[in-house]
Amino acid sequence: MSTTQRAVATTTTWVDDRTGAGKWLKKNLRKVFPDHWSFMLGEIALYSFILCLLTGVYLTLFFNPSMKEVVYNGSYAPLNGIKMTQAYESTLRVSFDVRGGLLVRQVHHWAALLFVAAVSVHMLRVFFTGAFRKPRELNWVIGVGLMTLAILEGFAGYSLPDDLLSGTGLRIAQGIVLAIPLVGSYVSSFLFGGEFPGTDFIPRLYSIHILLIPGILLGMLTAHLLLVWYQKHTQFPGPGRTNKNVVGFPLFPVYVAKAGGFFFIVSGIITLIAAMFTINPIWLYGPYVPDQVTAGSQPDWYIGWLDGAVRVIPNWETVLFGYNISWNILLPALIIPGIMFTLLALYPWIEAKATGDKREHHLLDRPRNAPTRTGLGAMGLTFYVLMWISGGNDLIAQAFSWSINSITWTIRVLLIVLPPLVFVITRRTCLGLQRRDRDKLLHGRETGIIKRMPSGEYLEVHAPVSSATRAKLVASRESDYAPIEAPPAVDANGVKAPKKGRLGVKLSNFYFANRVIPPTDEEIAEGQHHAADDLETVRPSGQITSGH
Amino acid sequence: MSSESPRRRRPTAALALVTVGLILMGGLYAAAGSLASPAQAETSEASPALLEEGSVLYKEGCSSCHGLNLEGVPADSVGKGNPKQNGPSLIGVGAAAVDFQVSTGRMPVGATGQQVVAGRSSYNEEEVAALAAYVASFAPGPAIPSEEDLDTTDASLAEGGELFRTNCAQCHNFAAQGGALSNGTYAPAIDPSRPDHIWEAMLTGPQSMPVFNDTTINPDEKKAIIKYIQNINAAPSPGGAPLGTVGPVSEGLLIWTVGLGALIACSVWLGAKAK
Repeated sequence: MSTTQRAVATTTTWVDDRTGAGKWLKKNLRKVFPDHWSFMLGEIALYSFILCLLTGVYLTLFFNPSMKEVVYNGSYAPLNGIKMTQAYESTLRVSFDVRGGLLVRQVHHWAALLFVAAVSVHMLRVFFTGAFRKPRELNWVIGVGLMTLAILEGFAGYSLPDDLLSGTGLRIAQGIVLAIPLVGSYVSSFLFGGEFPGTDFIPRLYSIHILLIPGILLGMLTAHLLLVWYQKHTQFPGPGRTNKNVVGFPLFPVYVAKAGGFFFIVSGIITLIAAMFTINPIWLYGPYVPDQVTAGSQPDWYIGWLDGAVRVIPNWETVLFGYNISWNILLPALIIPGIMFTLLALYPWIEAKATGDKREHHLLDRPRNAPTRTGLGAMGLTFYVLMWISGGNDLIAQAFSWSINSITWTIRVLLIVLPPLVFVITRRTCLGLQRRDRDKLLHGRETGIIKRMPSGEYLEVHAPVSSATRAKLVASRESDYAPIEAPPAVDANGVKAPKKGRLGVKLSNFYFANRVIPPTDEEIAEGQHHAADDLETVRPSGQITSGH
Repeated sequence: MSSESPRRRRPTAALALVTVGLILMGGLYAAAGSLASPAQAETSEASPALLEEGSVLYKEGCSSCHGLNLEGVPADSVGKGNPKQNGPSLIGVGAAAVDFQVSTGRMPVGATGQQVVAGRSSYNEEEVAALAAYVASFAPGPAIPSEEDLDTTDASLAEGGELFRTNCAQCHNFAAQGGALSNGTYAPAIDPSRPDHIWEAMLTGPQSMPVFNDTTINPDEKKAIIKYIQNINAAPSPGGAPLGTVGPVSEGLLIWTVGLGALIACSVWLGAKAK
């Protein structure tokens, strides 16, 4: 019996003797997970979230979420005698008078920034590899929900210390609420308990930040992980990997060690960053006073794209029946993000409509094998990044001595021109890569050996691809769909085709009309055989082992 | 360098020659001018010698844009229709404006652009004083602050911070790092600025900056603001490297590059096949 087996046996027996769950444990401790670096992005998000929870608990011990006004008299001299709220005062106290307070505050804030960043990158991985397909659509939607809540949670935290920056952010948030037609001013009054800023909002936001959203986040996170457990983790195509198995390592001991170790790596790196780099120096911003503002007032990065959208949308307003409709705020702050998040959540069904596929998928797509999806993703990402850049337009103007007006206009134009261009380029690139893969299967890989024929002609010698490469390349069949054909407009009995289903046909043609058809087994066998023969003519001993 | 005539070869020789010539010409002119209008003499207590030097320097370095009598030059006669190249009238701008513009190297203008940039001053302290006295001799205007004016010992740091955040931070940023304004203009970083320059800038409102005269912000408040700005640079950064103190943008950049970058590198390391 090996050491690990003995360890599993002892543990399961101990648990079994007391709870009767030994069998379940034994099975699940040996549950297999596939190995790939990109599968750890979600783990980074999970661990930074745990770090936020731990540091957050410490901060609640000292933070006082009250908007009652006090006069500061503490250890940060440049603010002595200044009027401020207790929220801001207690944040100063955490930063300057509580042991380890500033470090914990900085870990909390850096971990929050990392949390949303890791969630985003994890989501991109899931999107571009098609991991959201059946049976994982629900988990995708949970993921979109987690992302939205993470952003809200971050913004709530940013707003709590009641420093100049958080107050400015809240003022903008209130402006967005006011821009909602008809009910805006009522909703604002309701949220702030009267006029902005009032004295109710920070205590309310505090409950939301430390109880409501983290509670929902924890619940959804549990569901997210349980579903991964139940549906098993997806894997990239490779030798021996099919839609019906999982090739990898067992949870115990491999992933217990890897994941446990990774938690400490994530905590270590965040703590190191927190110890070395200032984040949100609230003592420099000063307390929030509605008539003050600082140049370069920016939100944390995950709200940056919305701020950027507000900065690029022209100053459009219409007056309707005496009511002002502020498109300049409504469009960038509510309509555009509303559309983007809805499309994101619905994407699995949009694509399923185009493929007409009802099968389960446990094998991931290589992004090139889904050219239209990859193109659409790149397009969305371009749109997002442009707005993100726009959110820092003043700092870019300052750093490069450019005109902020020119930057704004450039981004306006790029927002319309660049995303479609990126879509076309990405899709063409994917199709090109697919053609190269197809060539490898049909003609073998290029060896770089040039052969001169008796006729004087020069040819490059090809060699068969390795079985591992072949397994990877053949998987393109899993991602291949023929476009759905439109039914004849009028059938044999003279009945017009129903309108239903036309959208699917259109969508399917948009997705797959330009597809690269993967070769059949016979074609591949013939091609590889040919390549082997080809190689034999120059290296009869087969010195070149088929690699690559 | 040739050894035959080292004195004539000195780079300052030409300047000295021109200066001597100009002092002669300018001195005569200034004498004639002061005789013609004795009222101007009352506005300045500077010595005639200083005024003379100032007059020479002014005619040499400033008059082509600001006019021989400080009256200013309309756009089309200087910049061929470019409104940014006109020289405004300097009558009544005061010694403070001259001292600020010339000793921060903004004037004389090196190159035209959206905004006149600061740089190394073309004049030494004495020459700046002469120019300032000369310009101030035409009409009264804001004076250069005395050492007493700039003594911030009794000023309140906290009050300075409050005033800074109310009046300055909106353009110059909460930590005096500067910020962008419209159409390529900007509010420069002022944490390395000299106290007298900050004082003068508030008094005279150079370029896009509004004027904060003594009724808007009184001299004691000015001292407090200067004390606060100087404290920003002097105070240690308790949270670690300040990342430019420009707000969340540099923080976001750091977490995406250094933070996530390092962690993805670790993921790749952990996900690599054992060899």
